[in-house]
Amino acid sequence: MTERYDVAIVGAGPGGLAAARAAASQGARVALIDAQAHAGGQVWRKDIEHGWPRRAQACIPRIVEHPRIHWLAQTQVVHADAGALLLENETQAWRVAYDTLILANGARELLLPFPGWTLPGVTGAGGLQALAKQGWPLHGRRAVIAGSGPLLLAAAVTAKRHGAQVLGIYEQADAASVHRFARGLWRWPGKALQAVSLRGQLAGIPYHCGSVVREALGTDTLQAIEVETPRGSEPLSCDLLAIGFGLVPNIELAQMLGCRLNEAGVHGRVEVDTMQRSSVPGVYAVGELCGIGGRDSAWIEGLIAGHAAVGAKVQARWLRRQRHAREFAESLQHHFKLSTRVRAMARPDTLVCRCEDVPLQALRGHADARSAKLATRCGMGACQGRICGSALAELGIFPRGGSRPPLFPVRLSTLGDPISNPHQGSCS
Amino acid sequence: MKSYDLIIVGAGIIGTACADVASAAGLKLAIVEPQAIGGGATAAAMGHLVAMDDDPAELALSHYSLQLWEAFTDVAQIEYSRCGTLWVASNENELASIPAKLARLAAVGVHAELIERQRLYQLEPALAPGLAGGMRVLREAVVYPPGAARHLLDRALARGATLYPRQATALTRNGVELDDRSMLSGPVLVATGAALPRLLPQLPMRQRKGHLVITDRHPGIVHHQLLELGYADSAHGDADSSVAFNVQPRPTGQILIGSSREYGSDDSAVSMPMVQRMLERCFHYLPGLRDLQALRIWTGFRPVSADGRPYLGRVPGAQNVWVAAGHEGLGITTSLGSARLVIDQLLSQSTAIDASPYDPARIAA
Amino acid sequence: MKTAGIRIQVDGRSVEVPAGISVAAAMAQLGLPFRRSVGGQRRAPVCGMGACFECRVQIDGIAQRRGCMTTVREGMQVCTDD
Repeated sequence: MTERYDVAIVGAGPGGLAAARAAASQGARVALIDAQAHAGGQVWRKDIEHGWPRRAQACIPRIVEHPRIHWLAQTQVVHADAGALLLENETQAWRVAYDTLILANGARELLLPFPGWTLPGVTGAGGLQALAKQGWPLHGRRAVIAGSGPLLLAAAVTAKRHGAQVLGIYEQADAASVHRFARGLWRWPGKALQAVSLRGQLAGIPYHCGSVVREALGTDTLQAIEVETPRGSEPLSCDLLAIGFGLVPNIELAQMLGCRLNEAGVHGRVEVDTMQRSSVPGVYAVGELCGIGGRDSAWIEGLIAGHAAVGAKVQARWLRRQRHAREFAESLQHHFKLSTRVRAMARPDTLVCRCEDVPLQALRGHADARSAKLATRCGMGACQGRICGSALAELGIFPRGGSRPPLFPVRLSTLGDPISNPHQGSCS
Repeated sequence: MKSYDLIIVGAGIIGTACADVASAAGLKLAIVEPQAIGGGATAAAMGHLVAMDDDPAELALSHYSLQLWEAFTDVAQIEYSRCGTLWVASNENELASIPAKLARLAAVGVHAELIERQRLYQLEPALAPGLAGGMRVLREAVVYPPGAARHLLDRALARGATLYPRQATALTRNGVELDDRSMLSGPVLVATGAALPRLLPQLPMRQRKGHLVITDRHPGIVHHQLLELGYADSAHGDADSSVAFNVQPRPTGQILIGSSREYGSDDSAVSMPMVQRMLERCFHYLPGLRDLQALRIWTGFRPVSADGRPYLGRVPGAQNVWVAAGHEGLGITTSLGSARLVIDQLLSQSTAIDASPYDPARIAA
Repeated sequence: MKTAGIRIQVDGRSVEVPAGISVAAAMAQLGLPFRRSVGGQRRAPVCGMGACFECRVQIDGIAQRRGCMTTVREGMQVCTDD
């Protein structure tokens, strides 16, 4: 069974939501596809206890209930070819054909290996937020937030709101860099306000710059960490360590479609023109996919792409807003650049591939990711190299190898059974 | 110019097997391979060690090679797993073909047994109802081909062989030229599989594309390498495209699912219609696999000679050029025997089995 | 926003969890372990968004499914590696 839409949008974060609303407002029939249970993406993830953030609450229900938007929750895109996506959800598989495709499938967290990072109790920083919002119990737990970037503040706020006792935030960037970033925030008043608000909510929680978690300690679960601050090394007892080093664009789908990538940085991103068009005709990309830029650039780029995709006029002021939002992203990348200390955290016996339990030292002597994979199984597991491949690229060990289909692990029946069962609730 | 007793071009399973035998014989050896060791058809292969009985020459070479594989059963890197082969008969006709197969196998000393219907389901409870029975070859096994190539190469390197991580761009009067313009001199053995025509255009070689799907770890569902008895029709027929039921339990608990064969496609991209055909065939025999998680799909190109048998021996019309290539889907199984046949001839020693069916001169003639 | 509880079975034990939460969250609320790695180590969810695959459990008889991407449902059967 193939359903046909004017516009298919992958990812229902700010970028995908803005694109869906824009395209539908011009009369297009839209499929809005996301693997998560609720629209919002990661930045606007719906909290099982507290609902959506205020701004998201104001727009999401109207977008997903729009008569011309078919909202496909908990639906994974597992393959893509010219003009159609192969989708599966918990019970069925089907194809969605489109005239225009807008990729808005965002980013994942950059997780870097260090001794003890595989212990239960150690999560991503965004990871802890995502888990808390889906019902993970944090009440009374002693949490440490670490890694890099403003996401750490947001993670700390979420942890606190869910009843965790946040012991401290440990940022790897040095204090001078963080202060320069903060002083430059006046150019983006919304961001400055957000920062002030986050800091306000975190009153009393120490924020340490120039600090790196050396090791997570514990037997079957996290019990303590060893953290190195400018004042020296210190042990700290805790139940949770939420640690993330920024975000990595989810380029695998764009890659499968043949979109040209900009590979100037460590992690590839999709190359787009001012209308968010990728190199593949009919395929647009917005938001984090085009380089980590945050909520505001995703939203405005979704707005642009949603209009451009259906041939509607794109206003010059949107393009100006887009450039301004992207400048914020550049400032962010610049001031929270990862230090060499972060790249040296893993020891020879630290596991880098969590799926296949491959230690760093096993990769020695291999020229590239493929050679290492064939010999050690590094990257052969269920995450398909999403975690270790990005980490090894960041550590400068080797660039991420090419990925093979499917885009995500998929039921064999999705690939092997003739697709005949129409998806329920198709809008036509 | 560096001079060697033998220059092996290609470090897939065939080139590395030749390197192992040649280095053990004391030859001063160079191996030329620009890509990952065992990274071509070797990495794409299933790694099923199997005796195919429909061609006497192929059966002799398979059987010879299977005996040689026994020396590698304890090498961790090779992941040798003696799961046995279970050929599945879907009807009475296929079941009736088994006694003749048993006799052909027995004639060369391969022990196999007829499996009655009831026993078939005891051995493999996940098989679909309504099958007729099967034939089991208990001592057959599966290996991890790139690990095997790596191990064979490492043995050669430990005996003093030199690896050149470069592309061989041309055969010269007395050796090869590499892509950095350097020259190596000595007799040359070309083992570049489907890429053979680049150096030896006089030996016809076609590519036959295949697909494989591997699942996440789902241990205990499949116990033997399972094939449909009609497999040889797909493998040795000349159809433009065909699929056959061929499923392997990996020692990791993963399930490796084949197989497809296609001529006329040199695009390595995964073809979803072909994957669908292949899996449909698989579900016909193992319907319970439908709910398992597929992790990865890949393709590879089997090197197919003019008559389906590998070229093993001296290249006609060339004084010091040898070839070992064109094993189609049996390259992993027959690599070790192929290497012995070629190196024995190169050293003017007698061969353990008749080498004439593989003599490249048969094509030139 | 808390809703009424629903019943699921984890490793054969019937338990009540809040509706709407993920399987991963339910396991954590019950204080239960997740998967064991290939090398036998205990693991638990890391990314919470479907990328790391550390939260894999068996759900309704089907192994290797992501607990963080699946919402609990009345009568659901979950099995861990232990």
